Amino acid sequence: MSSPIDLVVQTISEKINPIDVKVINNQIEIIIESRQIISSFQFLKDSSKCQFRQLTDIAGVDYPDRENRFEVVYHLLSFKNNLRARVKVYIDEGSAIDSLTSVFPCANWFEREAFDMYGIQFNDHPDLRRILTDYGFEGYPLRKDFPLSGNVEVRYNEIEKKIVYEPVKLQQDYRHFDIQSPWEGTTYKEEEQDGNGGK
Amino acid sequence: MAESKTVTVNFGPVHPAAHGVLRLILDLDGEVVERADPHIGLLHRGTEKLIETKTYLQAIPYFDRLDYVAPMNQEHAFALAIEKLMKVDVPKRGQYIRVLFSEIGRLLSHLLNVTTTAMDVGAMTPITWGFDEREKLLDFYEEVSGSRFHANYFRAGGVHQDLPDGLLEKINDFCISFPKVVDDMETLLTENRIFKQRNVDIGKISKEEAVDNGFSGFVLRASGVPWDLRRSQPYDSYEDFDFKVPIGKNGDCYDRYLCQMDEMRESVKIMTQCINNMPSGEVINRDTKIAPPKRAEMKESMEAIIHHFKFFTEGFHVPEGEIYTAVEAPKGEFGVYLISDNTSRPYRCKIRAPGFAHLQAFNLLSKGHLLADVPAILGSLAIVFGEVDR
Repeated sequence: MSSPIDLVVQTISEKINPIDVKVINNQIEIIIESRQIISSFQFLKDSSKCQFRQLTDIAGVDYPDRENRFEVVYHLLSFKNNLRARVKVYIDEGSAIDSLTSVFPCANWFEREAFDMYGIQFNDHPDLRRILTDYGFEGYPLRKDFPLSGNVEVRYNEIEKKIVYEPVKLQQDYRHFDIQSPWEGTTYKEEEQDGNGGK
Repeated sequence: MAESKTVTVNFGPVHPAAHGVLRLILDLDGEVVERADPHIGLLHRGTEKLIETKTYLQAIPYFDRLDYVAPMNQEHAFALAIEKLMKVDVPKRGQYIRVLFSEIGRLLSHLLNVTTTAMDVGAMTPITWGFDEREKLLDFYEEVSGSRFHANYFRAGGVHQDLPDGLLEKINDFCISFPKVVDDMETLLTENRIFKQRNVDIGKISKEEAVDNGFSGFVLRASGVPWDLRRSQPYDSYEDFDFKVPIGKNGDCYDRYLCQMDEMRESVKIMTQCINNMPSGEVINRDTKIAPPKRAEMKESMEAIIHHFKFFTEGFHVPEGEIYTAVEAPKGEFGVYLISDNTSRPYRCKIRAPGFAHLQAFNLLSKGHLLADVPAILGSLAIVFGEVDR
């Protein structure tokens, strides 16, 4: 006997040819290639077995060490099956990804946010402007290499009678504590153990 | 005859009817809205970036500051996400307390929103009555957490402290007296001719459009979609409670108002059930080292002192993994997408705010309506900029 979630997983793996499908914590995780994104989402939305009618969220994730630096994570919700799915696409810094606005209208602002925060480019997006950051903001704040304090600070200049942007000057450095616990074993110890035949 | 031409009007960013810092660029043809372009981000504080640099415990207060009219509902989503990743259980009493305070949050949010929207369309009295009740609810918040708004009360594994003596009786008294206030407010608004003229058939959205535009919560239900996460994907102990999910028909501002009023009544029902069936026992899971040791224990045990020190400096480690959890916050589906890399800090924490999706559809909702309807539509969507801008 197969549960609804297995049926959906089976349909997905047969029809859209994903890189990987698995079920974690009762949520389906699908990894697809960036070029088949529109057709896959159209299928997930329209197929009678899946019916992922709502796009709940789009999240960018930055892994600077990977070859394909960014992960774009789409969260889908099926009211009919009471299921959630997470669709992942990997892309590198220079390349762009097709916009989902033709399938899900609400992708519009979510994609703008991903563009604003990570600099991920979306093809055929109707209005790809920055959304949350300041007018004329430079840089992509949620990338791991963007400093927490930002690059510019804003103040009102009494002499020039206008708002001015200046490089951030911190009176005290941001205190970043190394909280890696020496009591829970350091990594070199594990390597040593592995060298001696492991645990 | 004069030719019609559009005029561009800048609405906000500081405008009492904008419910915060919203800048709207409106293209008007006479008084009719042709296009509305919301400019958001004026309250952007980089919450997600900040959370990445804090331990899990230090990240909780940021959630109070998202939708600041119902702080604990946001904490709830984050606490649930950590619990799912760590696979820890919450003691029954902790769950019931969280349900109780989530429903208080719902009342806080709806009371503020219904009454201020009523004021935007001309009714002055409800706000004075509603805020009186809100003040009582905020006193309950203060009694458990020490502060009226920035509660920081929900923790992974339960809640911070047990309820003080006598609080349940006070909340029970409130639950008895509150439905009368809702009735009184309804006599002022529901059949009020002016209120209906300003709300009925304004900002209408169909079932399909609401789903396509990522709507959730009472805004989605007002369009006739029977979907409530407390019912369909129960978290904590919501399956124990008997409550109705109010559904609208027309998806206009008036139905959204009615849904909120009915939800307040249902929330009171849930609160009463919570109080009557409140289990005894611990309020937080003390077995898995995600809660600090008790004071008394620290006087006796060296290990407890070490644990206390490590807990508040290094924080607890969350095993590698990722999870999306959502709660039915007052304004809709509030989700947290949490990625952990087995350290004591989140690798990524994406916050899905319901207001973000609702405001996105503002152009669709306001097209063809009069300029005077803009505040009514904005108010009916329950926009709070703390969560939209994050």
